Amino acid sequence: MVTRGFSSGRKPPTETDTRIPPGQYLEQGFPVLSAGPTPRVRTEDWSFTLKHGPRPIKKWNWAEFNQLPLTKMTRDIHCVTAWTKFDTAWQGVLVDDILADAGIEAPTGFLLAHGYDGYTTNVPAKDLTTGKAMVALLYEGKPITADHGGPARLLVPHLYFWKSAKWLNGLQFTERDEPGFWELRGYHIYGDPWREQRYSGDP
Amino acid sequence: MSEASAPLSPWQTARITRIEKRTPRVTSFFFALSRPFAYRAGQHVDVRLTAPDGYQARRSYSIASAPESGAAIELAIEKLDDGEVSPFFHEVAAVGDEIELRGPLGGHFVWSDSDGGPLLLVGGGSGVVPLMAMVRHRTLRKSAVPVALMFSVRVWDEVIFRDELISLDDRRDGFDLVLTLTREAAQRPSDYSRRIDTAMVMQAQARLPQPPALAFVCGANAFVSAAAQALIDAGISADIIRTERYGV
Ligand SMILES: Cc1cc2nc3c(=O)[nH]c(=O)nc-3n(C[C@H](O)[C@H](O)[C@H](O)COP(=O)(O)OP(=O)(O)OC[C@H]3O[C@@H](n4cnc5c(N)ncnc54)[C@H](O)[C@@H]3O)c2cc1C
Repeated sequence: MVTRGFSSGRKPPTETDTRIPPGQYLEQGFPVLSAGPTPRVRTEDWSFTLKHGPRPIKKWNWAEFNQLPLTKMTRDIHCVTAWTKFDTAWQGVLVDDILADAGIEAPTGFLLAHGYDGYTTNVPAKDLTTGKAMVALLYEGKPITADHGGPARLLVPHLYFWKSAKWLNGLQFTERDEPGFWELRGYHIYGDPWREQRYSGDP
Repeated sequence: MSEASAPLSPWQTARITRIEKRTPRVTSFFFALSRPFAYRAGQHVDVRLTAPDGYQARRSYSIASAPESGAAIELAIEKLDDGEVSPFFHEVAAVGDEIELRGPLGGHFVWSDSDGGPLLLVGGGSGVVPLMAMVRHRTLRKSAVPVALMFSVRVWDEVIFRDELISLDDRRDGFDLVLTLTREAAQRPSDYSRRIDTAMVMQAQARLPQPPALAFVCGANAFVSAAAQALIDAGISADIIRTERYGV
């Protein structure tokens, strides 16, 4: 339906257009969204636990985690509140390298990411492995600020950004695809921006 | 509350039935829905505008009206001069226009009378909109839940819903309004003229019969960060604080 009197003044040029998923617009800044106050986690107190169901497989402190291989990832990110930001530059530890350090291969098809604020979000294992996702430690070469999820956040750039859990403290393999925080509150179970899977019930 | 089986919220057309200027920069738009939906105070809708060449712009707007106030929903939109969608509403949209929207959306920043209280609501500028839905819901439900609303704006003329809020405050029925003007002197004896800080939160809290069971903070990102920190420094547990950030 065409809206009376609305024109496409902000329509992006075609070369960038193909990088913007449907219903998104290009943002230069870096808006912050979260369900509650910003937790301040000191790196001295930080740890990261890999679990299979209730059972811990391996736990790293900040120093140990920083020994793992660092990978650079520069990607476009897409927030469900409709902004897209191009070329965000992160460095962190690929989920593949975390699994390798723990000496395992994905034991189930699904994971839940856990944050210090109690936040959870579910992602299929195949979307976190084979170089697709990392636990990011640096944004544009600097430690990630608390507002943006530091000390460490998940980065799953090919899904809507609520999947990239902030203030990450663990990944847990689950037997089934278990909805996380926003997924229980009306957001899509998978969240592919190119298929506009924003809310539960979207195809 | 599980919303795994949440009802679908397809796009629908809604007709603007009334436009009411609230402040120099905020105007309310009332929409008659073609497919009326039930919603909870605090939820929002997504609005999308489509240009003749197919280009679309989409933004989220909180619902200002209470769930029990009838079929029309009220959106209160602040004009950002260099924005895309908000100037369209202020400069182009007219009564009778059809706009596409979907909702209700959001299942976290919501409150119903049955969730209990006391409630501490903290809004900056247009961040008061979902809190207004909660206040109106409380009033229409004749709820006894004690509510304190701390509302920060720059000047007196920017107090959105001012007459309505002050008359609710005057009822002394458990709703308390705390205004703070950041660029002007306070106009009422109980109000402030500075940014929300820990001392102000402690005093607002003290107006409630018991400490809040839930706190809702909404506004621009910088406001939400600062206000949520003031709540935490005033001794309010992070677990009971819910935030909604309007972005930049
Ligand atoms: C859950 C939720 C609820 C909300 N509820 C409300 C509400 O009740 N009331 C309300 O008023 N708002 C609300 N908002 C904010 C609203 O969604 C919009 O962000 C707001 O109206 C601005 O949209 P816009 O298109 O006018 O501005 P945009 O075009 O998005 O621009 C916003 C600002 O960013 C800058 N900007 C961004 N991109 C460009 C560009 N390409 N060129 C130039 N400048 C740019 C501009 O300086 C502008 O001031 C809500 C947001 C969320 C997430």
